Amino acid sequence: MNAARVVALARKEWREIVRDRIFLSLAFLLPVLLMFVFGYGISMDVENVPLVVVDHDRTPSSRAYADRFAHGEHFDFRGLAETERQGEALLSQASVEVMLVIGPHFERDLLSGREVDVQSFIDGSFPATRVPRALETYVEAIDAAATAEIQSAWLARRAGVGLDEATAVLHPIKLDVRYLYNSELRSIWSVAPTLMMFVLVFVMPMLMALGVVREKETGAIYNVYASTVTRGEFLAGKLAPTVAIGAVNATLLWLIAVFYFGAPFKGSLACFAVGTLLYLICTTSLGLLLSLLVSTQQTALMITSISATIIGFQYSGFFNPVQSLTGSSWVLAHAFPPMYYLDVVEGAFLKGMGFGGLWKDELILAAFGVGYIAVSYALFRKRSRA
Amino acid sequence: MDGSGLRMAARQLVVLIRKELRQLVRDRVLLGFTVYIFSLHIVITTFGASDDLRRAATVVHDDDRSAASRELVQRLRAPYFTVTGEVSDPRDGARALDEGSASVFVDIPEDFSERLGRPDQQASVQLLIDTSKVSLGYLAAAYAGRIADGLGSEIARARLARAGIVEPPPRIQSRERTWYNFTLDLRASFSLQTLIMMMSIACVMLPATAAVREKERGTIEQLLVAPVSPLQIMLSKVAAMVMVTLAGTALAVYGVLEPIFGVPMRGGAPLFFLMVALYASALAGLGLVLATLARSSGQVGLLVILTVLPMLFLSGTSTPIEGMPQGEQIAIQMLPLYHFIHISYGIAFRGEGIGTLWPSALAVAGIGSVFFALGLWRFRRQLR
Repeated sequence: MNAARVVALARKEWREIVRDRIFLSLAFLLPVLLMFVFGYGISMDVENVPLVVVDHDRTPSSRAYADRFAHGEHFDFRGLAETERQGEALLSQASVEVMLVIGPHFERDLLSGREVDVQSFIDGSFPATRVPRALETYVEAIDAAATAEIQSAWLARRAGVGLDEATAVLHPIKLDVRYLYNSELRSIWSVAPTLMMFVLVFVMPMLMALGVVREKETGAIYNVYASTVTRGEFLAGKLAPTVAIGAVNATLLWLIAVFYFGAPFKGSLACFAVGTLLYLICTTSLGLLLSLLVSTQQTALMITSISATIIGFQYSGFFNPVQSLTGSSWVLAHAFPPMYYLDVVEGAFLKGMGFGGLWKDELILAAFGVGYIAVSYALFRKRSRA
Repeated sequence: MDGSGLRMAARQLVVLIRKELRQLVRDRVLLGFTVYIFSLHIVITTFGASDDLRRAATVVHDDDRSAASRELVQRLRAPYFTVTGEVSDPRDGARALDEGSASVFVDIPEDFSERLGRPDQQASVQLLIDTSKVSLGYLAAAYAGRIADGLGSEIARARLARAGIVEPPPRIQSRERTWYNFTLDLRASFSLQTLIMMMSIACVMLPATAAVREKERGTIEQLLVAPVSPLQIMLSKVAAMVMVTLAGTALAVYGVLEPIFGVPMRGGAPLFFLMVALYASALAGLGLVLATLARSSGQVGLLVILTVLPMLFLSGTSTPIEGMPQGEQIAIQMLPLYHFIHISYGIAFRGEGIGTLWPSALAVAGIGSVFFALGLWRFRRQLR
């Protein structure tokens, strides 16, 4: 490989990018804008879920029970409905997502120490990201808290002991939960670092997607076919300017994450920089590979944008932890670089890790980079196939 | 325009639509990819998706080593947890979380069984959860709580019996029912979500890139000197896109969503397809607006990403928008996807008809018309 020729090719690429002013400004604007939109728009938390209560009992106890839902952080109390049918009508139009039905003898049964049934109807038809299962656990948690209080009061009365003692007797095992790395679940600063992974997986392949196919469409590629430039030099010259743009972008994103969103950066900066550079090379060469595979710019853009969306949304561990994927998706998630870079990002930002803990992920990222480039090298022929 | 003029215009439109479709079909790679995202892709991602905690890798430090602590560890098992190892030093547990080899660490203290044996003592168990995998984090706490409560209430019952209290304490038993998707099989819901996602990108990207290509190659000049109006050119591109989307959706609904994942389509397939057509034309209009803003394929690709990604991200994951700040509420309501999600889930699962969905349908149509008018205005201006 001749360094001078690589530099010459990279300069030619760079000039092409710089001359397209709109493309150049979008190349820097896009990641920053996406970072802000996602940073503010993200709310995977289940909050303010609209809830309607059908209270057939209408006693102080039933009202106190309904109040637990009304005052919790997860539900937004939309008032009482007279009948189940009214509540169902609201559910069927998605104006509420949960209906709670309290039976007619709620207070009487509770006071006489019986088991009381409360029914909750949960709209299960929402996109998976809204997680009806999470709603179930919220309802259960509120019920469990209500039950615990009622039982303690009951035992205190029954056995003539204090409330605290009654609670200790009834709940022999106390679970002391501590959330690591981010004690306030899911705030912007904990998500901002992972947004770097998410934003770059879209931007980098898109910046590179047209690299080769544009020359194929315009015919400029024949200059390369006829020249003394080797395949390796050509690919290196293509990759270098885009990776350089990516490095500037990654730096900007890091600054936004740390100084704007206030994400703590506890780990080794050198380790993070190496991991990020490897990730940039991976994602850029993935775009290059796709660009080599297709023959029109339209196809390149379609395939690249949709592949990036699929990888980013479904196989990166951003929305669904890779651990909880099964079967084909688990395999596919391991077959793309983002999940390894996610480890690097989380390790370096939240867990304070360095090369010691992250070398394995970085090695895998490097392997992906080498793999993509090797496949590109094998696919790129300086003679068009007949 | 008299009757024959109108017929003529319609014939011209048909010719233009056929041109667009032919261009799409001739690109075999693109055609193959489009078929893939409307069929096999939905199958693959949906089968692998999971919203639930599955076999969270759990490391245990048991300082008690009694029958009671064994019992607790025993219960932390599939489907939610899987105990991957025991450590003798709690620091090793913290290290396992750091390295990501485990996401849950359970620490059982020395006096666990001793405290349980007393009639009125509480034994505490520490649970450390790696919340950098957050959606998992909350569920892990909830399920571990359920397991601990189960074992705890058995012990409590024994304690009460010893104290001579045999009747069970009062309790609120929650009976949950999930509606419209009774088994809470999220695959049905997820398969529809995947379809909508693929459709949304394709509907903007395809017409946008097709239009920019005509500019790049100069074939737009041919269209302009042809005896057709800008409106016809735009309509033909939108109509071709709607047809492709409908064909893809039919493939997805009858090939994947209904037979494999049992999406019920309670509100009726005709209404569903009608709404897909409406949504697809609104997005195709957006694609054409973007095409008028860009001069090259590279530019339009980035512009599409810039508009479509936030739309996917915000409308798909949005919790009820009533809880958001005013500005965000308005912004999200301007996204056609937000309304289309309400419409499509309403038809597919809740069995809603046009009687209740018309405000959302009207919103999609309104947003689409704005895109369309904007595109036509820009297109006409560029012709001069």
